[in-house]
Amino acid sequence: MRESILDTSTLDKELLKKLDDFIDSLEGKKQEHLILVLHKAQDLFSYLPQNLQLYIARKLDLSAARVNGVVTFYSYFNELPVGKYIISVCMGTACFVKGADKVLQRVLELTGTNKNEISADGLFTVKDVRCIGACGLAPVMTVNDKVYGKVKPSDVDDIIRHYRSIENESK
Amino acid sequence: MKVNNYNDLKEWKKVCPQKKDYKINVLVCNGTSCMSSDGEMLVKLLEKEMSNRNLKADIRIIRTGCFGFCGQGPIIKIEPDDITYVQVKVEDISEIVESHLINKIVVSRLLYQEPNQTEMIEKSSGMNFYKKQMRIALRNCGEIDPENIEDYIANNGYFALAKVLQEYTPDQVIKIVKDSGLRGRGGGGFPTGLKWELTRKVPGKEKYIVCNADEGDPGAFMDRSILEGDPFSILEAMMIAGYAIGASQGLIYIRAEYVVATERLYKAINCAKEAGLLGNNIFGTDFSFDIEIKFGAGAFVCGEETALIKSMEGFRGEPNRKPPFPSVSGFRGKPTSVNNVETFVNIPAIILNGSKWFSSIGTEKSKGTKVFALAGQIRNNGLVEVPMGTTFKEIIYDIGGGHPLGKDIKAIQIGGPSGGVITKEYFDTKIDYESLLGMGAMMGSGGMIIMDEDNDMVKIAKFYLEFTQDESCGKCTPCRIGTKRMYEILERLVNMQGKPEDLEKLRTLGENIKNTSLCGLGQTAPNPVLSTMKYFIEEYEAYAYRTKKTTYSIDPKLCIGCTKCARNCPVSCIEGSVKEPHYIDETLCIACGTCYDACPVNAIIKP
Repeated sequence: MRESILDTSTLDKELLKKLDDFIDSLEGKKQEHLILVLHKAQDLFSYLPQNLQLYIARKLDLSAARVNGVVTFYSYFNELPVGKYIISVCMGTACFVKGADKVLQRVLELTGTNKNEISADGLFTVKDVRCIGACGLAPVMTVNDKVYGKVKPSDVDDIIRHYRSIENESK
Repeated sequence: MKVNNYNDLKEWKKVCPQKKDYKINVLVCNGTSCMSSDGEMLVKLLEKEMSNRNLKADIRIIRTGCFGFCGQGPIIKIEPDDITYVQVKVEDISEIVESHLINKIVVSRLLYQEPNQTEMIEKSSGMNFYKKQMRIALRNCGEIDPENIEDYIANNGYFALAKVLQEYTPDQVIKIVKDSGLRGRGGGGFPTGLKWELTRKVPGKEKYIVCNADEGDPGAFMDRSILEGDPFSILEAMMIAGYAIGASQGLIYIRAEYVVATERLYKAINCAKEAGLLGNNIFGTDFSFDIEIKFGAGAFVCGEETALIKSMEGFRGEPNRKPPFPSVSGFRGKPTSVNNVETFVNIPAIILNGSKWFSSIGTEKSKGTKVFALAGQIRNNGLVEVPMGTTFKEIIYDIGGGHPLGKDIKAIQIGGPSGGVITKEYFDTKIDYESLLGMGAMMGSGGMIIMDEDNDMVKIAKFYLEFTQDESCGKCTPCRIGTKRMYEILERLVNMQGKPEDLEKLRTLGENIKNTSLCGLGQTAPNPVLSTMKYFIEEYEAYAYRTKKTTYSIDPKLCIGCTKCARNCPVSCIEGSVKEPHYIDETLCIACGTCYDACPVNAIIKP
């Protein structure tokens, strides 16, 4: 059996060091903390590329298959890079019956991307997410941590324009 | 302050800030809905206005958990005047301070107005939304500052735990909970006391108490509100449960998306530890308890207890066959009792008020209250808590205020992706676990989605099935493949490519999946389809026989010829002269609904 070669050259050394420190600080059986470690890794690296998954597997003394199995099981973990702004359109029932599908459609049109993919300019990733528990504001979408409530498809234009203009200004 | 014994707690309570210590208490909702609409900004402004005017000594601002009246947020309540201001905006703050807090004149334009009534409601207790509610699980939400342990103690916090450790044996605690009739609020409705007893009976020193805070049911947010609004109650209840079953370790399994709830839990755990109310030798007894937080990562199936335990151990959240039940072999193979957030929050109240008090509320087999999340086509969406046995009618019309536009309500979906629909004819039914099961629905976690004539039941069923199909963990065949096939049939129907025999196929598949799936997710996944088929078969038939009208049309009697629809139509299929009725070429219509939204006089007829 050939062991896969771990190539960490594409991973940021400083962030890896932080991840190492975090893993070393964990008490008890390390394998039990796999999900927590993956959360930390995603916080640091914004997504979980395969070499990072393999790195974690080695570090926790688990098989790569076991780690990848967990990463792909849970929808919270991203295997692909994500945009600077993650737009999440809530697809909970309350939002759905108030037209969230039309909001999502408009977001996809304006960012020119497919669900869960990064837009050509690298700015946006669009996701449809499970109920975020803000049903009183349905339909709801979030951009990173900012919540937009009672969104109409026509409001989406302004929201996207707002983030594009922030980017243009910073350039 | 460090609590070493019962007396310390009593002494501490005496010096905790009470509402009566202040002339005025200003309660600002810091629940998720209100916060995302500038709730935090309101607090900052209030503080600034008050320090500018030197009001700080007499008036206390309290950031509370959710008031439940989410549709009208952000909300500010002023006590003891019992005045609730709704939809408060940043620019309203100085008027509230100037007029109400200083000159004692109520700002009437910010009061709530009942539907179809002209007068504003002054006292909060006079609002229909609150009149029929009974708040036990939500007793502290919207009342206290969830980040302040002194607020909790002032409201009898930790007195239930003290009573348990001083006066009761573990068996007595279990008896009280059994006698109270409390049943699991997470969905299944299993008697809580019995679950504890089963876990206690299994020999062994290492046992676990788990709080299931993986609230995944779309449209339900009571657990989130309780965790955000009253985290100490959960910690206290878990300790009481730990004492009862003989566990010294508790775990809270929470959705990673619940950031605010997690922060408040961590804060509460640290405060409790500092105060000696979590950790070793609590109240000077030999009872010790610790609590750890475990994170979910977005998998609906992890609400199922065996899957949840797998996930806490760092595996894919795939459920196991029961038995063995977690009470025998759970976390790390040890006896484990998994209880839901809303179940736990009832425990301190039951201990303090007694099992008789609790069992006097509700119906014969379902005791106490239940929190429901009202959403969809309803005027007052938000969280409501009512005694078991309240009717749907009371919830929708008296508390919920009916349809926002006064339209007819067609059905209620209850129990989320595991539940079913309740139709108009059954709105007089008294709600409890049994009555819902009898109607082909289930309590679930208590999400209620209100639907009107515009909601297509086949599409709603398809929506739920898409969800469960997506969330199916894939371990057992009926759920993995069966729900996929059901979904394909529904997709075919909705795209007008279905056949009449599809309906029978859908029904048989559904029954088989229910009977043969491994866990609760699969066993209930077909419910939304089966129950809508039972009550709205004509909508399914319209698709299956391809008689369903799928395009929009215009009512010539109502059309005023403003041309808005024609100008907005993306496929230019609307024709007509100015000030003359328009018409839609139905062979070209793509049913996008743009004309419907554009029409100022509601002349467009939906398919």
